[in-house]
Amino acid sequence: MTRLTRVRGQLIWLLLALGAAGFATAQTPADTGFLATLGELREAAYADKAAIAERLTQSGHPAVRAALTALLEDRMYYRNTDQKIFLVKNGDADPLVLIDPLTQKEAGSAPADTLTKISTNNSLRHTLRTTVAHFSLSSPDRGVRIDAVRDVMRSLDEATVVLLRERLRQESDPGVKEEIETCLALASLEGSDAALKLDALRKLSKSVNKDVRNGIAKLVEKQADGSVLEQDAKVRQAAVSALDAIDGKRSFYAGIETLFFGLSMGSVLVLIAIGLAVTFGVMGVINMAHGELMMLGAYTTYVIQSAMPGHIGLSLFIAIPAAFLVSGLTGVLMERTIIRFLYGRPLETLLATFGVSLVLQQTVRSVFSALNRSVITPEWMSGSMRINDALTITYNRLSIIIFTLLVFGVIMAILKRTRLGLDIRAVSQNRSMAKAMGIRTEWVDAMTFGLGSGIAGVAGVALSQLTNVGPNLGQAYIIDSFMVVVFGGVGNLWGSLIAGVSMGVFNQLLEPFAGAVLAKIVVLVCLILFIQIRPKGLFPQAGRAAEDK
Amino acid sequence: MKLKITCLTAMLLAAGVILSNAVAAQDTIKIGILHSLSGTMAISETTLKDTILMMIDAQNKKGGLLGKKLEAVVVDPASNWPLFAEKAAQLLEKDKVAVVFGCWTSVSRKSVLPVFEKDNGLLFYPVQYEGEESSKNVIYTGAAPNQQAIPAVDYLMKDVGVKRWVLEGTDYVYPRTTNKILEAYLKSKGVKAEDISINYTPFGHSDWQSRVAAIKKFGSAGKKTAVVSTINGDANVPFYKELGNQKISAEEIPVVAFSVGEEELSGLDTKPLLGHLAAWNYFQSINTPANKAFIDQWHAFIKNPKRTTNDPMEAHYIGFNLWVKAVQKAKTTEVEKVIAALPGLETPNLTGGIAKVLPNHHITKPVYIGEVKANGQFNTVWKSAGTVPGDAWSDFLPGSKDIEADWVTLKCGNYNKVTKKCSGQNYK
Repeated sequence: MTRLTRVRGQLIWLLLALGAAGFATAQTPADTGFLATLGELREAAYADKAAIAERLTQSGHPAVRAALTALLEDRMYYRNTDQKIFLVKNGDADPLVLIDPLTQKEAGSAPADTLTKISTNNSLRHTLRTTVAHFSLSSPDRGVRIDAVRDVMRSLDEATVVLLRERLRQESDPGVKEEIETCLALASLEGSDAALKLDALRKLSKSVNKDVRNGIAKLVEKQADGSVLEQDAKVRQAAVSALDAIDGKRSFYAGIETLFFGLSMGSVLVLIAIGLAVTFGVMGVINMAHGELMMLGAYTTYVIQSAMPGHIGLSLFIAIPAAFLVSGLTGVLMERTIIRFLYGRPLETLLATFGVSLVLQQTVRSVFSALNRSVITPEWMSGSMRINDALTITYNRLSIIIFTLLVFGVIMAILKRTRLGLDIRAVSQNRSMAKAMGIRTEWVDAMTFGLGSGIAGVAGVALSQLTNVGPNLGQAYIIDSFMVVVFGGVGNLWGSLIAGVSMGVFNQLLEPFAGAVLAKIVVLVCLILFIQIRPKGLFPQAGRAAEDK
Repeated sequence: MKLKITCLTAMLLAAGVILSNAVAAQDTIKIGILHSLSGTMAISETTLKDTILMMIDAQNKKGGLLGKKLEAVVVDPASNWPLFAEKAAQLLEKDKVAVVFGCWTSVSRKSVLPVFEKDNGLLFYPVQYEGEESSKNVIYTGAAPNQQAIPAVDYLMKDVGVKRWVLEGTDYVYPRTTNKILEAYLKSKGVKAEDISINYTPFGHSDWQSRVAAIKKFGSAGKKTAVVSTINGDANVPFYKELGNQKISAEEIPVVAFSVGEEELSGLDTKPLLGHLAAWNYFQSINTPANKAFIDQWHAFIKNPKRTTNDPMEAHYIGFNLWVKAVQKAKTTEVEKVIAALPGLETPNLTGGIAKVLPNHHITKPVYIGEVKANGQFNTVWKSAGTVPGDAWSDFLPGSKDIEADWVTLKCGNYNKVTKKCSGQNYK
């Protein structure tokens, strides 16, 4: 746009604004200027938008904060007919609920295609976030204030420091105070007062924040010409020891984090192996379609979620029993139609179930197409819990660990406390004796297989939150699940639990040094060596029944 | 065991295809489609098969080519690399197709290459790849590294101000070669070795916790950091989910991907991807009349208005039109003459530019960089001025700096400008 047309655009804009002022509330010149500047956002390039936002901030108009927040959150639109700017209440909805940028009052609604969004890019959002953070420093919400202080910490300038000092005087919450003090201490490192710097370093060495660490590191970093930024030797020494203290703490928390990663990877392994531990471990059936049963569970989650789009969280809970049923019934069907004719012939079972796995894959591909399906993660499962600046624990992994323990507990309870469990254990220990006692072994076989398959389905629900829901989902996990069961000792659920968790932790401990590819290989080689020494796994079955197998 | 069974199924499938071909009409021009319709790669390749079928359908409605109807011969190499070579041989030797549109992964292309050269076939390869190759028998309609990776890195360096780089890839030939080129390029721009971190993960990697934590750590050194991702297909979803969960936003550490397009985005929850970048030569969201017509044609053909279009589809669109023009120019479908007719041909692409076949068998393409939006489409944040000619041999690798491909004057795909020797079709 040439300068002339832009000026003309502003003029029309001004006239429109004045016209509106005629029969709406009276507009002050500041309001008009604000709206005119806002209007420039429509056609500006991304780099210019940042400058416009800066000018808006400097105007000090009371509506700036709402406008910039809306821009940051992709909620600023302009109407195609008259180019008037609106904020909207709900981004990406149809119809859009309009909000007047000046008064923040609702201004009716309009269909989404009559408005155009004013888009932002990464660097613009980055700038906006810091700008908005300045406003949020005085928010009544404690969490917002803390986040705001952390946001401004990334780019401290003099104006910000003044603002923070001001804020510190009014602040009553100790947590926010602490953060502000850290910020101010960090800022004082750039001053020239050595005593003040030493004091600040003493305070900062307790922190584990990365911005603090980098701020201190700048003092002792070698410049291009070999000199160091900090002249005072005492301060330099204090900075080095503060850095050591921070790094020590950060690596301690990194260790805890790795451990958590291992636990969560282990729990995924346990979850995928536990159904197999029932079918392979207890019944001795090599079920190559185990992975596909998990895939069915994941697809069940997808179907249920698409059936109830408004209730993402709830649909997940409904999906658990539904997936159990779908996979369980498929398992029973497999057992009744194929596997029962092949008992005692492991090679044939292996081939037949592999065939079933291909059939299931291609069926899913025909029904749902080869494309991956998107399963939405509920709000409470995304994001992470912040323990401190160096350690955060992701909610989805935490949920999976808890879920695995729950599933494990339920299976143990079924096997140890129910009639079905008693039958299963009896049949697996001595089939003919159980038969003689009046147990319908065929029925028990079908139920056991159904139980194992159902658990695979439940594992599929969990996997849908972690990875792709696609026809190949099962293939990625089948080998891992067999490894866990063999490592843990066939026929022993506790063995599978221990095996899965230890494999997960071992893998995650190796990964930072060896890389993902090598870590996998090392784990596999260790497993093979282990099986050489103890062919029956960690916890072999003992007793006469085991010898017969 | 697994292999044996896959082979068995494949043989059965093949038998079916041969039978169906036997009854087909005689006087047609046969076009081979060599895309996986089952297995891991089916997710990406099935769409390309449909694209070519759509193009053939449209061409037949226009009255065919040289007075003959076009006929598609579809085979399924089932994401199995050796099977690609077998199927290619079948298409060329048994079905005697005039041209083949096919392959996605570089391994599959490398596997069919000897077959195409032995039987003197013609392959249009539609996917962005690592370069370092130029065959007489292949037209590369996807991007070479200088048409995708290098401009993306340039954008991050100049417009975003990135100083520290994580090159994250899946462990196979495309990411390894691309990262080698990028590393050399970054170093030539003065980036220090300690500011580059290169890492590879296996196919379908799903546990990204420690990698993402490592990226977070690498990015916390106070310099602006970006991830250049050559992570392939399936591993992307858990990767972006983990980024989202560990609260690494695109504002802090942007990820620019070379393998994530509209099709992949349609299968995943876009929330954790918002603002991350992708570099392609085509976006569905680019507003041109040609693109709109193509999208409408696609929706009508596939009978689903929600299906997306993507970059390799545009490459096939360009490739098919180029082949048609070459056949019209040569007035025959004879491979030797069509190949001779191809260099210099031009056809409009879907984004308002012109795709021209270069003597090195690559084409000219515009470059676009987009940010992922919530609806699974891209918001273009940067585009190249005009089109960029594809460079087969990268100028940034010591081994390939002096090598040139020219099938018009030099008649060589691997000509060393210093020793003045042609190493024939020798690709290392």
